[in-house]
Amino acid sequence: MVSLKNISKSYGDKRILDDVSVDFPRGKITSLIGGNGTGKSTLLSIVSRLIPKDKGDVFIIDENITNLDSKELAKKLSILKQSNHSSIRLTIRELVCFGRFPYTRGKRLCNQDCRIVREAIEYMSLEEIQDSYIDELSGGQKQRAFLAMVIAQDTDYILLDEPLNNLDMKHSVQIMKILRKLAKDLNKTIIIIVHDINFASCYSDYIATVKNGKISHFGTTDEIIQTDVLKDVFDIDFEIMQVNGNKICLYFV
Amino acid sequence: MTRFILISCIVVCSIFSLLIGVKDISVFNILKLGQEEVMILFVSRIPRIISLIVAGVGMSISGMIMQQITLNKFVSPTTAGSLDAAKLGILIATILLPNTDSLYKMLFAFAFTVIASLIFMRFVNRIKKKSIIFVPLVGIMFGSVLSAISTFFAYKNNIVQNMETWLIGDFSSILKGNYELIYVSLPFVLITYLYANKFTVIGLGEDFSTSLGLNYNRIVALGLVCVSLTVSSIMITAGAIPFLGLIIPNIVSFIFGDNLKKTLPYTAMIGALFLILCDIISRLIIFPYEIPIGLTVGVIGGAIFLLLILKRGRYAT
Repeated sequence: MVSLKNISKSYGDKRILDDVSVDFPRGKITSLIGGNGTGKSTLLSIVSRLIPKDKGDVFIIDENITNLDSKELAKKLSILKQSNHSSIRLTIRELVCFGRFPYTRGKRLCNQDCRIVREAIEYMSLEEIQDSYIDELSGGQKQRAFLAMVIAQDTDYILLDEPLNNLDMKHSVQIMKILRKLAKDLNKTIIIIVHDINFASCYSDYIATVKNGKISHFGTTDEIIQTDVLKDVFDIDFEIMQVNGNKICLYFV
Repeated sequence: MTRFILISCIVVCSIFSLLIGVKDISVFNILKLGQEEVMILFVSRIPRIISLIVAGVGMSISGMIMQQITLNKFVSPTTAGSLDAAKLGILIATILLPNTDSLYKMLFAFAFTVIASLIFMRFVNRIKKKSIIFVPLVGIMFGSVLSAISTFFAYKNNIVQNMETWLIGDFSSILKGNYELIYVSLPFVLITYLYANKFTVIGLGEDFSTSLGLNYNRIVALGLVCVSLTVSSIMITAGAIPFLGLIIPNIVSFIFGDNLKKTLPYTAMIGALFLILCDIISRLIIFPYEIPIGLTVGVIGGAIFLLLILKRGRYAT
């Protein structure tokens, strides 16, 4: 379980997160939804110690992450951010190998590391292009390569900041199915920011809505995908339909 | 295989370089050299080839490390103000301690280069839109400001001409006894090799590095210290060698990628080879006189660099 207790963060006068407390259940997929600039990314970055918090604590199981060594935390928790400015020229395989960095600390990969790297590449169906340079890939292939790297990092907690960005429908569905599998088979705890409400609805166990720097609602997918809740979060009208046991939201007109 | 070819090329070019010069030394009477020839070899030509190799390796690797740290392929000691900072350091040392020896001048150059690198990194972090052209442009402007400060102090102390000579790389005055400081850069080349994987991770960006449990700031600091010491030691012995740190890492990245553990040996070897070749050209083109190697590297490097920009434009996003 990842627990946030009274997290606050401001940039200058602008309050991004305001006394946020929430528990993300273990072995489940939790989606963070909300409008642009509500503080979702900041929240994930604070949980993964990428940016410092002003106030509050983050606990993994019962350990406060400020007490954890960054090297140890890298074996427990990984994050993939949406923006990636790097133009580094690595092959997909080399990149995925660096997912093992927390375990090898830059030394040679052992047989077990190589096996995990191979599996991660297979998981994302990248075998055929594993020797291509990532700066020559399409947006979707690149995203899958970085996800393979995160999978190779083999952490119990995986945070993903808009992993469906740049992906076409086929690959978006593929990624979400893989995340489902990771949660179900390997008991991974996945926290994911998604903008497409229907991906959140169809694939997550829990949903947290973020508004004005606070978690405005938190509950099971069924509890959150309700017209009144969504209207409160996004300020637009939703129509919700049941399709094969999934709730599909219509909001286009 | 590629490594073997590169090493062979370096050996052949080095031997050729040993044999050219005003004093004719032929490969056929290498076994019956007179006392004078032996002296020329050991006092002038062997130190020269050694410093060429060390400078070639050092400048290329420094460029590569700087590019990893700034996530920008066009940043190098030339385009980040490092060379100008080193020059300013040497100048200040010369003014404050006129009779001091090279070691102290180098330490001054080192201190100034480290400070300049830190300031440059602050600039880079402040830039919101990290355009591939804008970052080196800021570096060049920063270098010009440092250079202007140097010129001001040099003018006040009537040593403008002296100072200009440091700025132009030149291996013709390298003699036994005055070049040994260049060896200072060797341990740092070794360190970069040992830390190659960590420098590669740095090249993925700060977020990735932190997520992988790497102490980002510590590795960046280590990189900056290594680069500054290497650049200073080369600057004090041979002068500034522009462009080398820019083109060699780019050529290597283009062909072999950015996995430093794999590519660092190539960067080192191609850098050394390129510098030896430029030196040979500089010595032959108006034989028996020489043109400064900085000029040759600038002309050839500039041309290659232009080609690279045109080629890169095709696949860079």
